[in-house]
Amino acid sequence: MKKAFKWSNLYLWFVFILLYLPIFFLIIYSFNAGDVMQGWDGFSLKHYAELFADTRIIEIVVNTFLIALLSSLLASILGTAGALYIYDQRNQLIKNIFLSLNNILLVSPDVIIGASFLILFTVVGFSLGFASVLLSHIAFSIPIVVLMVLPRLQEMNQSLVAAAKDLGANNWQMLSRVILPVISPGILAGFFMAFTYSLDDFAVTFFVTGNGFSTLSVEIYSRARQGVSLEINALSAMMFVVSLVLVLLYYVISTRSSKNKKRGTRLVTPATEGL
Amino acid sequence: MKSKQQRQLFYLVPYGAWLLLFVIAPLVLLLFQSLTNANGGLTLHNYAVYFGSGTYLRMTFNSVWFAFLITLITLVISYPMAYLLNQLKQKQFWLLLVILPTWINLLLKTYAFIGLLSKTGTVNNFMSFFGIAPQQLLFSDWSFLLVAAYIEIPFMILPIFNSLAEIDPKLEQASRDLGANKWQTLRRVILPLSMPGVKAGIQAVFIPSLSLFMITRLIGGNRVITLGTAIEEHFLVTQNWQLGSTIGVILIVAMVVTMILTRDRVKKNTRK
Repeated sequence: MKKAFKWSNLYLWFVFILLYLPIFFLIIYSFNAGDVMQGWDGFSLKHYAELFADTRIIEIVVNTFLIALLSSLLASILGTAGALYIYDQRNQLIKNIFLSLNNILLVSPDVIIGASFLILFTVVGFSLGFASVLLSHIAFSIPIVVLMVLPRLQEMNQSLVAAAKDLGANNWQMLSRVILPVISPGILAGFFMAFTYSLDDFAVTFFVTGNGFSTLSVEIYSRARQGVSLEINALSAMMFVVSLVLVLLYYVISTRSSKNKKRGTRLVTPATEGL
Repeated sequence: MKSKQQRQLFYLVPYGAWLLLFVIAPLVLLLFQSLTNANGGLTLHNYAVYFGSGTYLRMTFNSVWFAFLITLITLVISYPMAYLLNQLKQKQFWLLLVILPTWINLLLKTYAFIGLLSKTGTVNNFMSFFGIAPQQLLFSDWSFLLVAAYIEIPFMILPIFNSLAEIDPKLEQASRDLGANKWQTLRRVILPLSMPGVKAGIQAVFIPSLSLFMITRLIGGNRVITLGTAIEEHFLVTQNWQLGSTIGVILIVAMVVTMILTRDRVKKNTRK
């Protein structure tokens, strides 16, 4: 028995090392004094200095976070409206149709989303750039917000709403004083998911970005095609820290806010976005 | 009742606008584009080109084959991992550690492999330690499989883990009480009950694997052409949107077929 247990631990370690090796490899080499990801020429922070002196990269990082913030905010609002509509809908058929339509963008491969959005923007005559990227990010983030908010609505105590109505609350008061406070953990979770979706996205952005505008993923892609530059490693180390903070925040929020332990800790990954 | 209608309308307008503009319209446009020629006339020519040329069919077959291999590799690695994770005490914490890499930008992870696998890279250095001459690791079918599987593993572990966590531990105990050994319990009880998770995992890995295009470019060195690569090529390089859309429609069909094949039968039965 004891021996079998050890083997299983070995396997766990093996997979964990496999999962983290490339990430730590990148981070360690960001401190290399040399210019390539091989050998070790001593510790240096020069690639970080290069990174902070590179105004193009800084601008792109700012753009990326701006897009992520704006798109997740707007997607949270629109997604919450969608969830409220679906929840309010008493006709089961219409409800199912909306739910299926909602999930289309979640299951579609990114290439399809990117290509079809590119056609859409071109047909409408919308110029490609910041706005088209923002609209696309809002669009593919909405369904995840809906899916995070809906369970909260379904768990909500119906008598709360009924009581509010009895006490003479109008629609707006009911929404702002009763419903929104109850479902706010779901909205927040949706917001975080949307934020990471947006940060992580490559394929959709790549299609709709046009010439002048670039996000981090697209920039890394074009730099990686030209070869290795340890500035990218420095950037990835910093992105790793950002992701870590985001995950911790999300984890804290989702565990703190849920009485139902199982649902609370069931994280949704940034699914297949970016693939 | 009037207030309910007002409320419904208030929610429906923004959400419905999104559905129309960004879900329905793009798909209709994609389908329409695939049915037109360069002058905008309706035609089935693109589909004739696609099905008439061995190159496209071979590419599609290859893409499906590679997606199958990627799914198989991730499944073989992930199932034991999910099973073992479930036995741990702090399993939610360890699961979080599995998921964490998925929050790291995909491009950065791919970029790491360029450093690891290049001819003078770490893996080759390591192997030369054992007297193995440097190999061309990057830009091969194997490197493509490796990197794609690496990226997909957490998406396979998560659903399998969830379905394993839902299994009532009493069932396992009952099976042991009734005289089944560990292996029989695994094969007859755990495995069938975790099938919904396996199916969800296959769905989550197979469909994106068909459409990966940045990995084929950066790691596969264009040796492997997936449906996704072909679409990107037609849209952004050769600017043949009609044929690109046709391949897109094929990809959507492949996606729908995959979803039907991996549909959760148990759920369907209970709904009836």
